[in-house]
Amino acid sequence: MRARTMRLGEATLIAVVPIVLALVVMGVLLAVLGRDPFTFYADMFQRGLFEWEGFQESIIRSAPLLLIAAGLIVAFRASLWNLGGDGQFLLGAALTAGFAPSLLDSLGVWPMLVITMAIAIAIGGAWTLIPAILRGRYGVNEIITTLMMSFIGIGVANVLVKGPFRTDIGGVARTDLVPFDERLPLLFGTRIHLGFVIGVAAILAVHLLMTRTSLGLRLRVLGASPRAALHAGLSPVRLTVIAFALSGALIGLSGSIEILGVQGSFRADFNPAYGLLVIPLVFLARLNAIGSLVLVIVFSVIQIGGESAARQAEITSDVLLVLVGLMLLFMAVIEYVRVRRGIGTAYVPPEVADRVRPPGGQGGDGGASGVPAGEPRPAVGAGEVGSG
Amino acid sequence: MSDLLSQDFLTALITGGLVAAVPLLFASLGELVSEQAGVLNVGLEGYMLFGAFLAFVVAYNTGSEWLGMLAGIVAGAAGALIMAVLCVRMNLDQIVIGIAIILLAEGSTSLIHDAAYAESRPSLGSPSELAIPGLKEIPILGDSLFSQHAIVYIGFALAFVVGWVMKRTSAGLSVRAAGERPEALDAAGVSVTATRTWATLFAGGMAGLGGAYLTIVGAGSFTPFITQGSGFIAIVIAMLSRGRAPWTILGGVLFGLSLSIATALQLIGVNIQTDYVQMLPFVVVIVVLVLFARRSYLPSALALPYVRGQK
Repeated sequence: MRARTMRLGEATLIAVVPIVLALVVMGVLLAVLGRDPFTFYADMFQRGLFEWEGFQESIIRSAPLLLIAAGLIVAFRASLWNLGGDGQFLLGAALTAGFAPSLLDSLGVWPMLVITMAIAIAIGGAWTLIPAILRGRYGVNEIITTLMMSFIGIGVANVLVKGPFRTDIGGVARTDLVPFDERLPLLFGTRIHLGFVIGVAAILAVHLLMTRTSLGLRLRVLGASPRAALHAGLSPVRLTVIAFALSGALIGLSGSIEILGVQGSFRADFNPAYGLLVIPLVFLARLNAIGSLVLVIVFSVIQIGGESAARQAEITSDVLLVLVGLMLLFMAVIEYVRVRRGIGTAYVPPEVADRVRPPGGQGGDGGASGVPAGEPRPAVGAGEVGSG
Repeated sequence: MSDLLSQDFLTALITGGLVAAVPLLFASLGELVSEQAGVLNVGLEGYMLFGAFLAFVVAYNTGSEWLGMLAGIVAGAAGALIMAVLCVRMNLDQIVIGIAIILLAEGSTSLIHDAAYAESRPSLGSPSELAIPGLKEIPILGDSLFSQHAIVYIGFALAFVVGWVMKRTSAGLSVRAAGERPEALDAAGVSVTATRTWATLFAGGMAGLGGAYLTIVGAGSFTPFITQGSGFIAIVIAMLSRGRAPWTILGGVLFGLSLSIATALQLIGVNIQTDYVQMLPFVVVIVVLVLFARRSYLPSALALPYVRGQK
């Protein structure tokens, strides 16, 4: 938790520098394409931040991203890579959109909202169960399993929407529309829906969970060293399942919020692919929940404003992907410089980076799981070498 | 059921399957070598996109498929160069940089395509075929299996060549040592950094060639996001091949066929939702992992930077 004690000014500076550098390089790129970068950025901040309508859009966009960020923080803090966010998000969204219309008819608005969100939480959490167990018990790489479960989740969501949940109205396959008045309530006469409050609450709850509760401590111990967790009498398998389930549940909920707050229905092949976009943000914030809250809102401003600026400049809004990619690169390079000089903490805690491989010696079979069939290998596993 | 063996169905299935399998084969072959050396290329999808785009641009402007494919290799390797410099030499996090490469590739190819070709929407002519005399005349399967673009045969042959190099040559031994026991390789006087750099560039080149196949032979044109997750599937295939290169053929064909079977079934009047079929290979892999979890294999130093003297 060095991140918390690090001076706020320094933390802000190293989060802001990559963003600024990325904006500068993007500006050069825009100039090469014959667009005026100053006009582009003026449009971007005008629409995303200074215009009341646009700023509300930005806040609305940040709601699902906040929940995804909260989910990712739980997993990353426990040194688990949950890269299956898109599948969890879309399943939460599809089930919400599928059940909402009939629940609305039979039970009314509030029960519908609560039940659909509960369903999304359950499916998001459940979808991580297989990767979690494979990871916890057998050390199977969770990057691959969560990605595969993500592809399956995207497929299942589309099967549901094109099949049982499909509305009778013709055109593109989609679910019945939840009427505008019966979605998540709006806040104080604005267009911002309750989902934003849920997103902020989730981020704060995750912050408290990780810093103030014994479960949070246990998850961080697991993240720092599964072997230490084992020696401390904790069950790495159970903790892995819990961390993954919490992560998936929050991301599933974000899908639900997006439907209940913005979309109203799930159209076939809907996939905003937020998962990959939020990962850089939580790393920039060094897995700090409060820092993530700020960065997600900044990013939403850039996204909403950027989409509008791209339309004005007549270029594709995919230009924003370049911006995020550049942010990540600069973030990594600045980290390199800082680590070289031995100052401050890394963006990605070393434990997170280290635990990509199967853990050595966990339950006695972790080392053995790394043995390629048919190839001789010394009896001592890599994990043992590391500790000895 | 006789319909299932009809010429039309089998031709569509196999031709479509190969079109889908070959990019996966190239990319997973490259990724396999790189993973053996200890570098996990999450950005494989990005290399493929760079390759797909530049290959299309070069093939379109020169009229040469082979120059296009060469350009694809160069573009993919250029993407991998980012990875090699930042992760292999500077020891930055392989997954963060991988994600950055994907986003950069998606954004920049879409942006440049939009600026240069959005209105003209050019496309290449139909790809040339290399029919193998004799084999081509085999009834039913011959025509679809043995009159393919030459690069298809090269891809299948390459899987065995890479397999042989990895198992039987000292270069292959170095690559495997770089992933399994980097400190031992270092002690033996071979540079871990150089070995991993070459392995990463190989992955980039192969993924770029896979991308080139997508645009030049597969689609005949470039559309943004044309790879549609192929890079991730290729990583899965590479991991499941457990270091044995010829197995990437099996993986590539399995995934390729399941991508083409929906279209083929439609030809004989069976309508099956493509979503089911596209999920199938992933479901199979998850089931296999659940059943044989203990046997899943990754090099022990995968995705870990090598710093001399540290451990």
